[in-house]
Parts: sequence; C-alpha cells; structure tokens
Amino acid sequence: MKVLVAIKRVIDHNVRVRIREDHSDVDLTHAKMAMNPFCEIALEEAVRLKEQGIADEVVAVSIGDKSVQEQLRTAMALGADRVLHVNSDTAVDSLGAARVLAEVVKRENPALVLLGKQSIDSDSSQTGPMLAALTQLPQATFASKITIDGDRLEVTREIDGGLETLAMSLPAVVTTDLRLNEPRYAKLPAIMKAKKRPIESLEIDTLGVDVTPRQALIRVDVPRERQAGVRVDSVDELIDRLKNEAKVI
Amino acid sequence: MSDTRILVIAEQEKGHLSSATARVMDAASRLGGPIDVLVAGSQASEAAQKAARLTGVSVVTSVEDSAFDHMLAENMGSLIVSLAEPYTHLLCASTTSGRNVMPRVAALLGVGQISDVIAVESADTFVRPIYAGSVLATVRSLDDKKVMTIRPTAFEPVGEQSAASVSSATSTGDQGLVTFVDEQLAGGERPELGGARVIISGGRGLGSAENFRLIEGVADRLGAAVGASRAAVDAGYVPNDLQVGQTGKMVAPELYIAAGISGAVQHLAGMKDSKVIVAINSDEEAPIFQVADYGLVADLFQALPELERKL
Repeated sequence: MKVLVAIKRVIDHNVRVRIREDHSDVDLTHAKMAMNPFCEIALEEAVRLKEQGIADEVVAVSIGDKSVQEQLRTAMALGADRVLHVNSDTAVDSLGAARVLAEVVKRENPALVLLGKQSIDSDSSQTGPMLAALTQLPQATFASKITIDGDRLEVTREIDGGLETLAMSLPAVVTTDLRLNEPRYAKLPAIMKAKKRPIESLEIDTLGVDVTPRQALIRVDVPRERQAGVRVDSVDELIDRLKNEAKVI
Repeated sequence: MSDTRILVIAEQEKGHLSSATARVMDAASRLGGPIDVLVAGSQASEAAQKAARLTGVSVVTSVEDSAFDHMLAENMGSLIVSLAEPYTHLLCASTTSGRNVMPRVAALLGVGQISDVIAVESADTFVRPIYAGSVLATVRSLDDKKVMTIRPTAFEPVGEQSAASVSSATSTGDQGLVTFVDEQLAGGERPELGGARVIISGGRGLGSAENFRLIEGVADRLGAAVGASRAAVDAGYVPNDLQVGQTGKMVAPELYIAAGISGAVQHLAGMKDSKVIVAINSDEEAPIFQVADYGLVADLFQALPELERKL
C-alpha cells in the first residue's frame, strides 16, 4: 500500500518569532526554517510502516515556492521514496492546502494519508479534517497509535479526557500527535544521496482548484508579558493571600 | 451580507452538557444576532434542557441519536452541514472534538475556519493565537459563513435564563465511515483539566509517581484538577493526558498552582493565561517564579502536606 505524507515548511521550533515593526505580520526574514515537527512524526510513521512491510511506498508532498524543496529533500533522506512539489509563489491557507492535497490524493490514490495534527506557525489544526471531508474519507485526528490489519485501521486518539480508539477502513486520513513516535534524524549519506534524487514538480494552477485565501490578516501583536508577583514566606501567608487578596479560594 | 444568526454546537455526554458551552455562548453573544444551540447524541434531550437555560439562547435543537456519541467527525459533520443553511456563524469550543469536527464542516461548506478564537472584535474580525501563543493575530474572515472554534478559557461562562424552547431535528444518521472502539478516560472524581476552576500541577521536583499523592491531596481539598509538566510525564510519574503545556493541554483556570515545576517555556505556554499563578519550588532561581503572582520557596515535601492540612 501507498502512504502519502503532507509536509509543511515552517519556522524552526527553536527560533523565537518576531513581528514586524508595523505589526503587519510576523518577520521571518533570515529565520531558520525546518519541517513542521508534527509532519516529521507523520513521515516517521509512514517510514516505519514501510519498514514493517505494511506500506510499500512512501510519497511526500509539499506546497509552496521553491524553498520547500529543502524539506522534501529532508523527507527523502528520512525515507520517502518519492517527493512531489506543488509549486505556488503565494502562501496557501488550510482550505487551499486541503483542496490541493485532495487533487494529489486523486492522482496518487494512497491507502493512507498522514499529516501533522497542526503546523506550529498558524496553529490552525485544520488541513487533515478538511482533506478528509473533500475526499469523503474517514478521519482520525491527534493519533497516538496506529494499527493496520489488512484494510482495517485502528487509531488511538488523544482526546481531552484521555484516549479514544476508532476503527475505520482504508483509505483514510490520519493526523499525528506528539506521542505517536519519536522521529529519527537523517544520516549524512542519506542526506547526500537525497541531494541528487529527482523532485517531481507541478504548478498549483494546473490543478484547477480555488486557493484564494479565506481570511485577511489585519495585524499581529505580541501578548502582554506576565510580571512576577510577590514572594510569600510561609504556607500560612500563601493561604491568607489566596483567600483575602486574590480571592480565588 | 445577511443578518447575523449563530449556531453553537454544544458537546454533551450522557446528558451532561459540556461546561465549555456557557463560555462559547459568551463569544457568540459578542457577534450580535440570535443564537441557537445544537445538541446531539444519546440523551441529547437532557443536555438540551440545560443548554436552553444558558443566557442568550434562542432555540435549542436536539438530535437524539447514538450516531453522534463521541462527536464522531463524519457523523457530526453531516448533521451540522444539514442544519447550517440559515446561519452566518457556526461555533464550537476548540476542544479536541471541536478541532476534529469543525474543519470537516468548513471544508464541506467550502469555507475557511477561524481556529481557537480568543477575542471577538466584530462579526467578521477575530483574534487568535499563532506560534504557540507567542503572537496574537487579528484576522478578518472573507467568507459569508464563518466556521469558528472558540478557546473556552478566553471567555466567561454566561449566566442562566428562563428556559428557551427546545426543538428536534432529523438525524442524518451514521455515515458508516468510522466506528467507536473504546476510550480510556483519566481522572475519575476530579474535574477535567480543560474546564477546571483550580488546577494544581506537579513537576519533576516531586521525584516519583508515589509522591504525586501530595499533589492529589491538595487537589482534593481545593476541588482542583491535577496537571503535570512534560518533565513529570516523561519521567513516567503520571499519564500524558495530564500534561499542561504547548504540546499538552492549554489551560487558564482562576488559580494555577505549580509545584516542583521549573517553568520551561513549553510549560508556560500552556498555563500563562491563568488568572492567578502560584509557584512552589525549592529552587529560588526557577523561572516559574517570574510568572507567578505568589511564589513560595519551600521544600515540596513539607509545603504540600502543610497546604493540604491547612486548606
């Protein structure tokens, strides 16, 4: 079976995000970029499925300008058999990405589509369920465990009160949570080899989908920093202040 | 643009209405326009009675069908879409259920979604955190129909009114795509992290799973939920669904007590919006003190039992 993994290029999670002086947007100039951590987990799961003999091909896809090819090369170094670059000079939002991915699903016909549960830039957590809706496939978001038996898929999901397990038939769309696995690092020989491998590329406007953004960014702000309060000397003083000053107990 | 009309999708389980609903109602009431509530699943009519008493509710629609238990996205999505026509805004809490169901609804309707709204500026302009809350984005929706998830802790619960009317709607049934197998819910008697008024969290400073009993003792005195730092989870002291932080639960209770938690950025991201923060730590240099309203430098193994005794 074929597994399709969607990859997003985002700011490296260790980098502190700045905003532009005019508050028009965040400032990503010269920021170190990387594969979205949740996408790394999705890719790792796909590669493990292949190593277990459950998957026979792992295809990674990314949408964006030429720079996303960097993350697609990383994907190859980590074990993707093929990569697909959907070239777009303008950023696409979640619905746009889901529509593009739905076209890719039509062409590639994967048994399983794996995506990160959210990207660490927009934090929207939308593309996976949107893709499932557009392809009329079952969905399992926030996966912490995936079990495949023939065409039956069982996914344990991280929900607010604990864990929930759902069963569905393949093909399906699954989004990955943090605890699904711990992604490996790419090895140097694999990185070198990936540099020479081909990247399939197609222009976003050949897909015939509407990717007009659905929201306008008005401004960005940095939230107010919390200030340190007072030190209390004893448990008695703490209880007294919580009761009589903060009035929270 | 058509007149504003809002549908709030409420979560319920076995007739219990989610406490987030009253907070989503607060967000909805800031949009201007009549607000209806949808409640679905087994025993939905019980939860519908509760929803009808939330201030600002016009009509509650109840759909009693087990197909909607556990908020299965495929089934809930079809139901919401079947009812969506008259509404300009569809709102749900940004719980794991809301984040699972609403993007499916948005895509079926061919519109975008505004996720995790923390402030309503107008009927089409909203504030939402991005980059793990380190930046706040103000965005304007360009869609006629606005599908939104609301961060419950950013809003106050609305009060009570005399009951609004409850009607029922036709079930769209089971779409046959997914079956629920089972669930393992933590907690038991204690309130859930997401909706708790008071939370006490333990960190690596507790040293062992057994010592987490000290946290639980205080929690029971306060009727608080129990949380943990990622370090405590990684060390195996508590299950991972108790984790508060950027990669765990985002919480904002009235009182948050961090015991033996150093205050890594990843933890602060998940609790810094709490109204009052208390830090108890033996290390007076711990970064957690920089965000705490009240800091107590003390040995946990003395301070926590004393706290439990004196509360």
